[in-house]
Amino acid sequence: MDVSREIILGAIWETLYMVSIGLFFGATLGLILGITLVVTRKGHILENRWVFGIVNPIVNIFRSIPFIILLVAIIPFTRLIVGTAIGTTAAIVPLVLHIGPYISRLIENSLLEVDEGIIEAAKAMGATPWQIIRKFLIPEAFPSLILSVTTATIGLIGATAMAGAVGGGGLGDVAITYGYQRFDEMTILVTVILLVAFVQLIQTIGNRLERHFRHSS
Amino acid sequence: MIEFIGTSKQYRLDKKIIKALDHIDLKVNKGDIFGVIGFSGAGKSTLIRTVNLLETPTEGKVIVDGKDLTTLSKRQLREEKKNIGMIFQHFNLLSSKTVFDNVAMPLTLSGVNKREIEKRVNEVLKFVGLESKTTAYIDQLSGGQKQRVGIARALVTNPKILLCDEATSALDPQTTKSILELLKRVNIEYNITILIITHEMEVIREICNRVAVMENGQIIETGNVLEIFSAPKTKTTRDFVQSVVRDEIPQSIYEQLQVANPNERIFKLKFIGVDVGQPIVSEVVKKFSVDINVLFGNITELQKIPFGNLIIEIVGADTETEKVVQFIKNRNVQIEEVLANGCKPRNYSGSDLGNPIYG
Repeated sequence: MDVSREIILGAIWETLYMVSIGLFFGATLGLILGITLVVTRKGHILENRWVFGIVNPIVNIFRSIPFIILLVAIIPFTRLIVGTAIGTTAAIVPLVLHIGPYISRLIENSLLEVDEGIIEAAKAMGATPWQIIRKFLIPEAFPSLILSVTTATIGLIGATAMAGAVGGGGLGDVAITYGYQRFDEMTILVTVILLVAFVQLIQTIGNRLERHFRHSS
Repeated sequence: MIEFIGTSKQYRLDKKIIKALDHIDLKVNKGDIFGVIGFSGAGKSTLIRTVNLLETPTEGKVIVDGKDLTTLSKRQLREEKKNIGMIFQHFNLLSSKTVFDNVAMPLTLSGVNKREIEKRVNEVLKFVGLESKTTAYIDQLSGGQKQRVGIARALVTNPKILLCDEATSALDPQTTKSILELLKRVNIEYNITILIITHEMEVIREICNRVAVMENGQIIETGNVLEIFSAPKTKTTRDFVQSVVRDEIPQSIYEQLQVANPNERIFKLKFIGVDVGQPIVSEVVKKFSVDINVLFGNITELQKIPFGNLIIEIVGADTETEKVVQFIKNRNVQIEEVLANGCKPRNYSGSDLGNPIYG
């Protein structure tokens, strides 16, 4: 293996950095969009044709652009937000725009699973729309939301591999530049094993949390 | 307490206009346990939902406790909803929360302080008999316990009205009985007006004092429970009444009797209230030269008033039989002759109600 320990450790750090910050902003964006997609749809608590009619296609557009294209296409926007278009931090901007809409669809599905009767009971109690979202929809969907975010996190790890295109670094980048392009099988093996371990760990944590919060069978 | 004035609700479904409610006029008085019965699709679900505006009427008004809710602002409406508790067929409880937190929810929403919430929640949980289950999650409870949580949640804000949307339809007969008893206590001890919709006549018989029968979005019959049970006017109502109070004999038995003795006639007697105590059959036998064969009898209780049905066969000369009919009429007992076409064959397997006495 031609790659030093420092490079691998640095790459692990970069991956963790991109995934955690990307997930934080991506999940926030996804939650806002996901809730919007649910409550503004026809017959729901804040039915609004215009908002739904705008948000829905925007989410579809972002979901259909391949990440590597998105990464390059939004360079001016990235520069506007973080001041540069190159580096690990710069990679986070396209990561958020990529994963946010994806998370919003997962969250939309989770929230739609909540029994309509629960919302009816909330309305009968005189709950405000905001209370219905915060005290009824989100708590009832919470275990399912955890699984959604787990799935999204793993998708995010996959996407970070392409962050190398804008100098983002990370384990995937090491695998491509040191392993794939230099025919260093050992480096590929090590980075892939690390990524597999990473994914396993996150899925396990997600499943455990889900079980902890689920009080129904 | 609740008044529907020309209340209508229409909606479009695939370009067809569906009238879920068609000019409903109905008044529920304070202290009533008012039942609305109908088959599914009759509009009763829509009706109960207009009371707390889960459904907005497209025409007419619903006056609740003197206020027309449709004229209130959103904020006023939310405030008014605290006076109207509601329980549901499928309970609609939060599986992510404990019994305590479920019951506390309406108070949490209006920002009541913690100590007060704890006091009030424990009070209502004790009332419904679930004080030992406060920390349990909903999925650990039986159906009856879930409905008790629903009732506790509805009572926690001290409402004046309780709406019950098929509240016992998902429960077995025994649990249904205990929930109905609880609702009766709610009515008496808290003086809460109850509006119940159901498709089970059993529910009406057990606890309601007044009833309305719905069909195709309209009220086809309304009155106090005793009236409806003793003198149903429409076929739908008769069918509902017969689902709990049987007052017919099988066609085959009728035919057998006709063949055996053409000199006999069959009559149906209805006793309401004190009349039940009259030894009418033995008096008739002593006074007139006829024989009486009791074919069927049952007695049930409505609003604490006994309500009995008796089918007898009178064997004797026609002139004598007419005298008997007059005698019975004079005793304020309803009597009508059962004719072959008025006595449809029915399936009488399994008797679960009343006290059938065959003689």
